Amino acid sequence: MTTTTRIERHHYDVVVIGAGGAGLRAAIEARLAGKKTAIISKSLFGKAHTVMAEGGAAAAMGNVNSRDNWQVHFRDTMRGGKFLNNFRMAELHAKESPQRIWELETYGALFDRTKDGKISQRNFGGHEYPRLAHVGDRTGLELIRTLQQKIVSLQQEDQREFGSYDARIRVFSETTITELLLDGDRVAGAFGYYRESGEFVLFEAPAVVLATGGVGRSYKVTSNSWEYTGDGHALALRAGATLINMEFLQFHPTGMVWPPSVKGILVTESVRGDGGVLKNSDGKRFMFDYVPDVFRKQYAETEEEADRWYTDPDNNRRPPELLPRDEVARAINSEVKAGRGSPAGGVFLDIASRRSADEIRRRLPSMYHQFKELADVDITAEPMEVGPTCHYVMGGVEVDPDSGAAFGHVRGLFAAGEVSGGMHGSNRLGGNSLSDLLVFGKRAGGHAASYADGLAARPKVAVDAVEAAVETALAPLQRDTGESPYTLQQDLQVVMGDLVGIIRREGELADALRRLAELRERVAKVSAFGGRRYNPGWHLALDLRNMLVVSECTAKAALERQESRGGHTREDYPAMEPKWRQVNLVCSLDGDTVQLTRKPLPKMRPELIGLFDRAELGKYLTDEELADFDALVADAGEADNR
Amino acid sequence: MSAKRQFRIWRGDETGGDLQDYMVEVNEGEVVLDVIHRLQATDAPDLACRWNCKAGKCGSCSMEINGKPRLGCMTRMSTFGDEETVTVTPLRTFPVIRDLVTDVSFNYEKARETPAFAPPADVAPGDYRMQQVDVERSQEFRKCIECFLCQTVCHVIRDHDENKQAFSGPRYFIRAAELDMHPLDSRTDRKEYAQAEQGLGFCNITKCCTEVCPEHIKITDNGIIPMKERVVDRRYDPLVWLGSKIFRRGETPQTSVTTARQGSATPGSARGGVHSHAGGSHDPRAEAQAQSGVNWHREVPHPTAPSVDDRGKLPLTELTFDRAAAPSPFGDDVTFPLPPEHLNFAHPEQDNKH
Repeated sequence: MTTTTRIERHHYDVVVIGAGGAGLRAAIEARLAGKKTAIISKSLFGKAHTVMAEGGAAAAMGNVNSRDNWQVHFRDTMRGGKFLNNFRMAELHAKESPQRIWELETYGALFDRTKDGKISQRNFGGHEYPRLAHVGDRTGLELIRTLQQKIVSLQQEDQREFGSYDARIRVFSETTITELLLDGDRVAGAFGYYRESGEFVLFEAPAVVLATGGVGRSYKVTSNSWEYTGDGHALALRAGATLINMEFLQFHPTGMVWPPSVKGILVTESVRGDGGVLKNSDGKRFMFDYVPDVFRKQYAETEEEADRWYTDPDNNRRPPELLPRDEVARAINSEVKAGRGSPAGGVFLDIASRRSADEIRRRLPSMYHQFKELADVDITAEPMEVGPTCHYVMGGVEVDPDSGAAFGHVRGLFAAGEVSGGMHGSNRLGGNSLSDLLVFGKRAGGHAASYADGLAARPKVAVDAVEAAVETALAPLQRDTGESPYTLQQDLQVVMGDLVGIIRREGELADALRRLAELRERVAKVSAFGGRRYNPGWHLALDLRNMLVVSECTAKAALERQESRGGHTREDYPAMEPKWRQVNLVCSLDGDTVQLTRKPLPKMRPELIGLFDRAELGKYLTDEELADFDALVADAGEADNR
Repeated sequence: MSAKRQFRIWRGDETGGDLQDYMVEVNEGEVVLDVIHRLQATDAPDLACRWNCKAGKCGSCSMEINGKPRLGCMTRMSTFGDEETVTVTPLRTFPVIRDLVTDVSFNYEKARETPAFAPPADVAPGDYRMQQVDVERSQEFRKCIECFLCQTVCHVIRDHDENKQAFSGPRYFIRAAELDMHPLDSRTDRKEYAQAEQGLGFCNITKCCTEVCPEHIKITDNGIIPMKERVVDRRYDPLVWLGSKIFRRGETPQTSVTTARQGSATPGSARGGVHSHAGGSHDPRAEAQAQSGVNWHREVPHPTAPSVDDRGKLPLTELTFDRAAAPSPFGDDVTFPLPPEHLNFAHPEQDNKH
């Protein structure tokens, strides 16, 4: 049995857990502030899920349309999130993202260019002007590689100054943190294991930045990588922090469901924008049956009109395939439940019969190549089988907007990126996540550094806490009677996918909570076969605990919120309720039980709410809030007159 | 539609291991990585294998499938015959950690040694101006997903651990090329660095790296060769080099390359099977030179194309290759020691004898 005295120990000022965009940006900032910084990466350095981001990074630089500015970006973000966003985060994000993008160029990034040599920006759903800085369809890879190479360049500086690359910033690759260690209410360190050797490692540090990404691996169909097991969410909860907005998950309506080699992978919306249509197993173009009343005026009623729109959008209405993501996802869901789905449980997305092979290859080159190479599916010759896929979690650690410091009763804990909550409200706009990583990664890293500076004495790691963490980590290897972690993960995925998926109902959610409680008992008894050296079964057994507690948060919050908004759709409460907009659902942990409380949203500052017109606010705000707004406008008018 | 298929997977660690047989269910439309995941969920829960995105974008699931370095997520089962056994082994160039997982830290060390982007001193953030056509050349190399397949296939280090110290490998040659071609990088010594520190000279352009690149980056044609050419431009201009040799030996400039070539064109080209570096010749002076050990005019065999398979590609697959290691960079038909008359070597004391 390993004793605590034999565990490898490291001392750092700031430990960043997660090596995606947010983590690397936070680490760069902490190192630039002179702090000794560790980066903990669950995978190899540079493999983070950020590489999957295709579209781009939203920043109101105004390179393509000079009318764009931070106010417009702020408005778009709030609208996209259905006004549930933390307004201060949306404001900071809109103001600071251009600098964060420009800064990347000084690290060596090469974005696509405009004719006059500036960074090119592309249109994207929900953004009023072309706003996404991009590199073809591999913007996320460019971002990761740039930050990775910046860290290397900082290490080279340290090598020249101190004779060691690792003197002030070190990457611990393939290392998983299983527990945060506290001294009273202060973070004192982090405990984990090297995946390669299975040996334990203890980081003693007064400040920890969580940048662990999302939770998608709890779902059957997901575009997320294996790392997305909600580690940061769970670590924060267990350390006494709180989570908000956990009911909001973004499902992309068209993920591939067949063949298995590409299950979950996104089929970009431009397939539908370029003429692709959705059909059920009867060959019927079913979206015409699912146009909600509020959209009736903007969408075509006949196939003929819809088909004319592609060439003449001014005189025809849009095809219903281009309804917002949640409407399309809901329609696909209904068709499948009514037994009109494809063999693999999706519907057919057909562009092959509608456009020539040449045209498809020209307009959708990366889609064509991706499916040809990964799955031998020729999208110019046959329809795709698609269905909703879990893509992004809006919810996460409740943080102070300016510093990224976690709320709840813990100090020294910071969070940035997908693991933090609030920025995107109930629904994230495409392109806002890459800029989110940079803006709040930098802020969290900087504030973690100054927090570490301000401490009079270093918090101490308690020996018994380390012993407990060792025991928890080794438990699955020492049991041989429990179930396989793979079976348990599959069962969890079924519960979440079927009962807490894209469309939710009270009965199903209550059922999900019962099943999650059963799973909790089974997970507590999980056993892993084999030794400690690079044993994926053991790793999964340890991740399951995190996936389970985060799933419970999602299910509880989804049951509580009796309305439909953004990434949370309740079939039994289909409307958006202004009263619910004033409420954040906050999850915390009491012992090992998830507690849910309601908390009012912070009130938007007058100059920010003044950016919207009353007609738009009318859709989101309660009557009292609208009265306040009117009074505000009247005051401003009087002030002008005086 | 599913069937049982035969898989042979290398299991073990740095102390040793062997190929183990598995019969595993394979469904239509699956890739090798799907099958490995099924094995983990059934027969081999502790089978070690790296993966992340499962969409060919992160470069984690590099492995050798039937001897060829590939990404597990991009190798479709439909590319194998129905009865074909699929053999999966770890990357051969790197030390094994466990099963299919290898210690790829070599690559990260080489990355740290490569000098980083040097931003222009007088350009503020936000003021960078570059044309699309100028960034595209570097962008091709920035597509690299760091799967390290080019590193594992490269024969300079594949079976030669002793070369690892001096050789960075194709991944870092294109990193150097990318920075060399970056419109605003303020360092000007990228090529010299590649030659002096990265071991670019070891590469003899067998193009295996290009062949295995899942991103289809033209590593050799667009990266390595331009870097080599420019290094050659600066360091080894043949006229300058030859001139200096000749003058040092006290000869007159009449034996310049052009003269020699004109005088010798007929016999060499008439037979067609031979050519000469400096123009094949049978004139007496050349013979005299040959006797003194330096034969500038000797006839050397035409370079011959390497043996390729029926697709016109080099044999990369060791399982079907007829020898244990990579092909000789000098050509498999060359045996050592070479006959002395084929060597351009002048003993320092030879001149004194004449």
